[in-house]
Amino acid sequence: MIEAGHFAAIIALVLSGFQAWRGLAGDRSNSGLFSIIAFFLMAFSFATIVYAFARSDFSVQLVANNSHTLKPFIYKIAGTWGNHEGSMAMWCLVGLGFAAAGAWLLRTGRPKFEARALGVQGLLNFGSLLYLLLASSPFTRLDPAPLQGTGLNPLLQDPALAIHPPMLYLGYVGYSFVFALAAAGLIEGRVDSAWAKTVRNWALAAFVPLSLGIALGSYWAYYELGWGGWWFWDPVENASLMPWLIGAALMHSITVTEKRGSFSAWTALLAVLAFCFSMLGAFLVRSGVLTSVHAFAVDSFRGSMLLGGLLVFGGAALVLFLIRATKLSSGPSWTATSREGALMGNNLVLTVATATVMLGTLFPLIAEALGETISVGEPYFNLTFTPIMALALIALPVVQAWSWGRADLSSLWKWAAGFAGIVALFWLAGIGPLDIPLLAGVGLAIGVWLIIGAGLEIWRRAKTFSRLGSMSPRIWGMTIAHAGLGLFVIGAVLQTSGRTQTTIALQQGEAANVAGWQMTLDDVSSIEGPNWYAERATLTARRGGSVQTLEPSKRYYPAARMPTTETAIHKTGTADLYVALGDGRRNAAGETRWTFEVFLNPLIDFVYLGVILIGLGAGLCMWPRKKRKTEAA
Amino acid sequence: MMRARAKRLWGVGIAAVLLIGAAALAVTALRQHADLFYTPGLIAERGLPDEGKRVRIGGWVQIGSIEYGDAADMTFIIEDGSGETVNVSYTGITPDLFREGEGVVATGVFDAQGAFEAENILAKHDENYQPRELKNVDQATS
Repeated sequence: MIEAGHFAAIIALVLSGFQAWRGLAGDRSNSGLFSIIAFFLMAFSFATIVYAFARSDFSVQLVANNSHTLKPFIYKIAGTWGNHEGSMAMWCLVGLGFAAAGAWLLRTGRPKFEARALGVQGLLNFGSLLYLLLASSPFTRLDPAPLQGTGLNPLLQDPALAIHPPMLYLGYVGYSFVFALAAAGLIEGRVDSAWAKTVRNWALAAFVPLSLGIALGSYWAYYELGWGGWWFWDPVENASLMPWLIGAALMHSITVTEKRGSFSAWTALLAVLAFCFSMLGAFLVRSGVLTSVHAFAVDSFRGSMLLGGLLVFGGAALVLFLIRATKLSSGPSWTATSREGALMGNNLVLTVATATVMLGTLFPLIAEALGETISVGEPYFNLTFTPIMALALIALPVVQAWSWGRADLSSLWKWAAGFAGIVALFWLAGIGPLDIPLLAGVGLAIGVWLIIGAGLEIWRRAKTFSRLGSMSPRIWGMTIAHAGLGLFVIGAVLQTSGRTQTTIALQQGEAANVAGWQMTLDDVSSIEGPNWYAERATLTARRGGSVQTLEPSKRYYPAARMPTTETAIHKTGTADLYVALGDGRRNAAGETRWTFEVFLNPLIDFVYLGVILIGLGAGLCMWPRKKRKTEAA
Repeated sequence: MMRARAKRLWGVGIAAVLLIGAAALAVTALRQHADLFYTPGLIAERGLPDEGKRVRIGGWVQIGSIEYGDAADMTFIIEDGSGETVNVSYTGITPDLFREGEGVVATGVFDAQGAFEAENILAKHDENYQPRELKNVDQATS
């Protein structure tokens, strides 16, 4: 069976080659046909891998290395992409899926342009399939087949992590088609309003799942790793943040190109860069050149192939860009204080922020080349990324009211007064009951400011309640995304400034006071699951009249010879009471105490909710524009 | 026309200020917050880093060296192939794969006596993964 899948993938590779050849030659119909057949072959190929996992066919090396008969069925399936080879097969599947979707959906009335986009996508898919077949084949057989597999990394046996990779890849690889459309536009020398109208939805189609994928991954790290945090500025996390930031910049600049025909060169550059950052991410994650807290099996041959792909595709696109950029048309003139200026500012901030993330992520590599081993942690990012973004967020509600071409600045002082008022409010509250530091007060003010700003903006456009309902979904999408950003900021600021972390060690029956809660250790017992056994602590947490039972545990997976932490979380409505079980420790006096890490994480759900709203808002922006009403006629 | 050009110059000026500001921020932040990596052997060779300076230290947890206190505090010894050791104290729960004889990377500060106070401990993440810093660090032969 897996051999049939292997064969199908090879044919898909050949067909992607044909697709590239016909496409670049301008043959829309054949290129499209090849891409659709290639996709179905790849889907079949992927299905054979899933089938091997579902049946626990240990004669397939990948299954033997990553599965186990005792594993729950859902994780047998999800295990298909919970490893390098399988996830690369998924990468190819998504890439070919976008090619087929493009062949199916692209109706621009310019077959040459469409053919070239399909051609470039064919080239990219050819590259990924070549990488799959040569450097990370999931189709290898084992002879003799082992009787049992070694199991999936237990950390990945989790619902969030089952859907995290598909989401992330829809985003990463979604940008490959945006890249292809940008390359096609550059080849034709036509990156204009019509081009932007076509590309816009594809860029959003990548941004939405990427946002959700990042939120899921972050949520997983929060409850599964037992460290109580949601973002560690780890290279693997930064690898997903960089394409997301560039994607966000692209989403804004493409609006200018669509509505005004301006920024065309810049938009094309961002469209190319988004996928370059996706490839850089794949390289950083899979080559193991950087230390990450997240486990990934690494391989230097794979790393150099990925780097090669990044240099070839990225380099070619940048050369193409340099040749064509000056010839692209520019729209009507605008001043710095206009909507164009505001969106240029947005783009400047987002790209500069991306650059600081990239510098922090890659600096250890540079230092290593100079003979020094260093690491760059959270303090660096807090000092660079955060203030740069804060500047933009303060400006956002003000400048989004600016009109195209040239804005009226007469109400600027009102905005300044409004912002100062909110900051003063939080600062005064901070001295009193909330007891928050000044900077956190400013941070919270920015979050509230963004939400109020989103409300004001939609009101400015609607002006009456009755028109609020008939507002275009695109405007709602933008408003929801900006309000989501506000929620995220509030959650993130409270997380940084307001969370408490306490380590306690308790004997059975002993109690301790943590973060306003009295925690009593009632019992530690042994329990057993399908493919693990665990030690589970039963804690009673009391605060006021509230009595909660929390049962954090530590699982041991014999197949993988690996323990995992299962945290217990009680949502109080305003915070998460979060408990992770450590080990039982016998001290010199012979007493055994169990250790617990207890966090009180205020409003952490705002962080995830905020990012999900950003994703959903961007999704609403894909709503087709209403046909102009013909009332006047 | 001149007015539009002047305004555009303003825009470029603001962009330049932002870029230079960001670059200055990044350089300062990197100087202050890039954590140097040491092993017990490197400490012996180069001397202790400045007191209170955040660094990372990596090596192997000496077998038999973990001692627990009455609360969540603990001490252990990190060794490498050089024969040198570093005493580490830590309060908190340890990563799932933190064990005697296994590789570990700790972030923290040294005190004047050369004892290391760890804020955060990184052990390997699964059976096949070793922190990258430890790739070139020799295992103690004892």
